Amino acid sequence: MYKILFAEFIAPNVKKFKIEAPKIAKKRKAGQFVIIRVDETGERVPLTIADSNVEEGSITIIAQSVGKTTKQLNELETGDYIHDVVGPLGKPSHIEKFGVAVSIGGGVGTAIAYPTAVALKQAGNYTISIVGGRSKEYVILEKEMKEVCDEVYVTTDDGSYGYHGFVTQKLKDLIDAKRQIDFVLAIGPIPMMKAVAEVTRKLKIKTMVSLNPIMVDGTGMCGGCRATVDNKTVFVCVDGPEFDAHKVDFEILERRNRTYREDEELALKNFAKKIHEPALVEEEEKESE
Amino acid sequence: MEKLSNKERMKIKRQTMPEQDSTKRRNNFLEVNLGFTEELARMEALRCIQCPKPTCVEGCPVNVKIKDFIALVAEGDYLGAAAKIKEDNMLPAVCGRVCPQEEQCEVKCVVGKKNDAVAIGRLERFVADYERQHSGAKIPEIKKKTGKKVAIIGSGPAGLSCAGDLIQMGHEVTVFEALHELGGVLIYGIPEFRLPKEIVKAEVESLKKLGVDFQTNAVIGFTDTIDELFQNGYDAVFIAVGAGLPHFLKIPGENLNGVYSANEFLTRVNLMKAYKFPEFDTPVFHCKDKNVAVFGGGNTAMDAVRTSKRLGAKNAYIIYRRSDVEMPARKEEIHHAQEEGIEFIFLSNPVEFIGDKNGWLKGVKVQKMELGEPDASGRRRPVPIEGSEYIIDIDMAVIAIGNGSNPIIQKTTPDLQFNKWGNIVVDEATMKTSKQGVFAGGDIVTGGATVILAMGAGRKAAAAISEYLNGINKK
Ligand SMILES: Cc1cc2nc3c(=O)[nH]c(=O)nc-3n(C[C@H](O)[C@H](O)[C@H](O)COP(=O)(O)OP(=O)(O)OC[C@H]3O[C@@H](n4cnc5c(N)ncnc54)[C@H](O)[C@@H]3O)c2cc1C
Ligand SMILES: Cc1cc2nc3c(=O)[nH]c(=O)nc-3n(C[C@H](O)[C@H](O)[C@H](O)COP(=O)(O)OP(=O)(O)OC[C@H]3O[C@@H](n4cnc5c(N)ncnc54)[C@H](O)[C@@H]3O)c2cc1C
Ligand code: SF4
Ligand code: SF4
Ligand code: FES
Repeated sequence: MYKILFAEFIAPNVKKFKIEAPKIAKKRKAGQFVIIRVDETGERVPLTIADSNVEEGSITIIAQSVGKTTKQLNELETGDYIHDVVGPLGKPSHIEKFGVAVSIGGGVGTAIAYPTAVALKQAGNYTISIVGGRSKEYVILEKEMKEVCDEVYVTTDDGSYGYHGFVTQKLKDLIDAKRQIDFVLAIGPIPMMKAVAEVTRKLKIKTMVSLNPIMVDGTGMCGGCRATVDNKTVFVCVDGPEFDAHKVDFEILERRNRTYREDEELALKNFAKKIHEPALVEEEEKESE
Repeated sequence: MEKLSNKERMKIKRQTMPEQDSTKRRNNFLEVNLGFTEELARMEALRCIQCPKPTCVEGCPVNVKIKDFIALVAEGDYLGAAAKIKEDNMLPAVCGRVCPQEEQCEVKCVVGKKNDAVAIGRLERFVADYERQHSGAKIPEIKKKTGKKVAIIGSGPAGLSCAGDLIQMGHEVTVFEALHELGGVLIYGIPEFRLPKEIVKAEVESLKKLGVDFQTNAVIGFTDTIDELFQNGYDAVFIAVGAGLPHFLKIPGENLNGVYSANEFLTRVNLMKAYKFPEFDTPVFHCKDKNVAVFGGGNTAMDAVRTSKRLGAKNAYIIYRRSDVEMPARKEEIHHAQEEGIEFIFLSNPVEFIGDKNGWLKGVKVQKMELGEPDASGRRRPVPIEGSEYIIDIDMAVIAIGNGSNPIIQKTTPDLQFNKWGNIVVDEATMKTSKQGVFAGGDIVTGGATVILAMGAGRKAAAAISEYLNGINKK
């Protein structure tokens, strides 16, 4: 059992947790993740280690509730326990001094991009970050990014805060302004990562994305997380999660992620009923239309 | 023991073990075999002619004292029989169920030359179950504490048996397991209907009572490296991480939705209990009224296909590129599968998976094969027949063509010697690796093998580790 030392919502449906896991805190590197299981009947789900504190023996994870497990996780409070936390898993981000490095985070993707942005800065890069959200309240980690990056741009889809538009548009603006860009890291919803890859492909800017397939063990044992990169099959949990954006087959990833769509909706509905949150049931129904 | 002549003993027929009716069991995950009753067990035990030179013992990879334990069963001393087996085999309730007895101990049984061999495996199972259900296994004596610490990586049969021996020799033992449950393949691979998880849990519990420390959620290589284990005060390490890297067919369409490795399919169902979805959160493909094909001919393939049937598959096929005689699965499993309505398609090799417009599996193109000359393994090699391709409609596929070795330890332990298949190189007598204080055994050394071999390797390593520990002085 892993104790939650601290929990708070940082955006609608996005919660930040500090979890007691001293070994993981000591070992983890930017880009690595944990797999958690909330309770005894729970599913194993991967979450990126956003930060860690070695003295305190804690790791930070930031979860967006999109389905049953993340919803259930986000119901937990300071002092509660998570049944299983295993990690650090996956290959750390490849960090080197590229020159000018742009980290792009869409929605909760910012949480996944954050530790790598920190590492890029520490490696001596001039770091720019683009933090995107649907609207103002969905923008996360702006303050934290500002502390580590040389430049931070916030974008919102509805223009309620910062730049009005998608993260890709901001990236294009930078490119149009003839800014030097040597490396791009893009993490967020698959359509966003795909769009960034298209922007940088023509300019041959090295671009990495963090893939989010459905995982089970996270140790390379099941092959469920396989994705197609450079026309070859990779196991994202051990060969990744970060890959060259220009070589990833996003269609296959997107499609495989839909495998359990109906079950996921059912699980979420059952859970909403259990915690007496009828609004959630309806909201989800609307969204899935 | 009842005084019977050998002739009289030979007249007794091999006792049949009661089993769940096939029409019922194909709809549930309860154990298929129900085990001998006391009467059946004693009757079966009487069939053993107590050979002066029991050849059966040679057939058992760990040389269980078969003749002696069967004599005790015949006398009705079941607990004594259990103790006798445990001198050599730590996991009789497991091995009695899953050992390929028909090609190990039983094939060497003298009675088997004329009649059916003595049902050694079933007797072993009976004795172990009796012990668990009655007295509970008695706690063996533990030698004086040596103050030496051993780290065991992996909680499959190799790791568990090594832990059991070392703790009894007075060493401190910690078992590190990557998953959240203990037991290795016994938990995540072999299904409930063949090996109830309660049995594995009981074995683990008894090791806990002996003082073995278990740490789940610990992926060695990531959570701690082997060098860090030594830095943390462990004096020796035993690597028993199994063969956990699924092979794929490497044919087009393998990443369509609905195509699984056997490891993933079985892990979802067994470890994550997807067959109880939505009570448990992990989903698995809805096999109900669908057509399922499993590729392969081993125990894993049988487990997967029978699991799909229990999940409601309309047609469940085994598609195997050789013929029935070459199938490596246990006869009993093949027989049970047939009874449960599994269809076998032999001499057919998949060449392409076909998907619908949404990327879901819809069919598989297979090519017919014929048997050619024997290959290195002595089995006749399947040769493709040109132009014989045809399509079988399927909705889900499971690839069960074997496992390679998981590279995590290799990548994180540069000074450990591996062979070209990624198996750890050891000295066969001691299970010593190329790295000081590090031993290895089980599937990570042999490649996918059997429970009893893994268990035997664990015990061999325990003896060598203890000798090694007694020879070193703690700083
Ligand atoms: C390496 C990695 C790092 C991640 N880091 C973060 C993070 O820091 N913060 C965050 O909010 N999310 C992160 N995710 C995504 C997160 O794991 C999923 O949102 C979560 O599993 C959804 O589970 P659910 O039951 O709540 O939703 P469900 O309703 O079950 O599923 C919603 C969607 O999530 C995905 N998903 C479902 N089950 C799994 C699973 N077992 N493993 C992976 N994906 C699954 C599928 O695409 C599915 O369509 C990460 C994913 C990966 C692979
Ligand atoms: C579906 C299936 C059916 C089978 N049926 C039979 C049968 O009927 N009869 C028979 O005799 N044999 C059978 N086998 C084979 C048998 O199960 C194996 O030979 C045996 O389990 C090997 O034991 P092991 O201890 O070497 O490894 P495993 O049982 O594989 O256990 C290894 C353990 O190590 C853990 N691990 C891996 N890497 C790490 C790491 N880095 N850190 C920490 N832990 C780690 C794994 O999670 C796992 O729990 C079957 C195998 C399968 C897959
Ligand atoms: S351990 Fe296996 S091979 Fe040995 S006697 Fe028992 S059933 Fe036979
Ligand atoms: S070979 Fe058969 S009959 Fe002889 S001792 Fe062994 S089990 Fe008994
Ligand atoms: S999650 Fe099982 S191999 Fe990656």
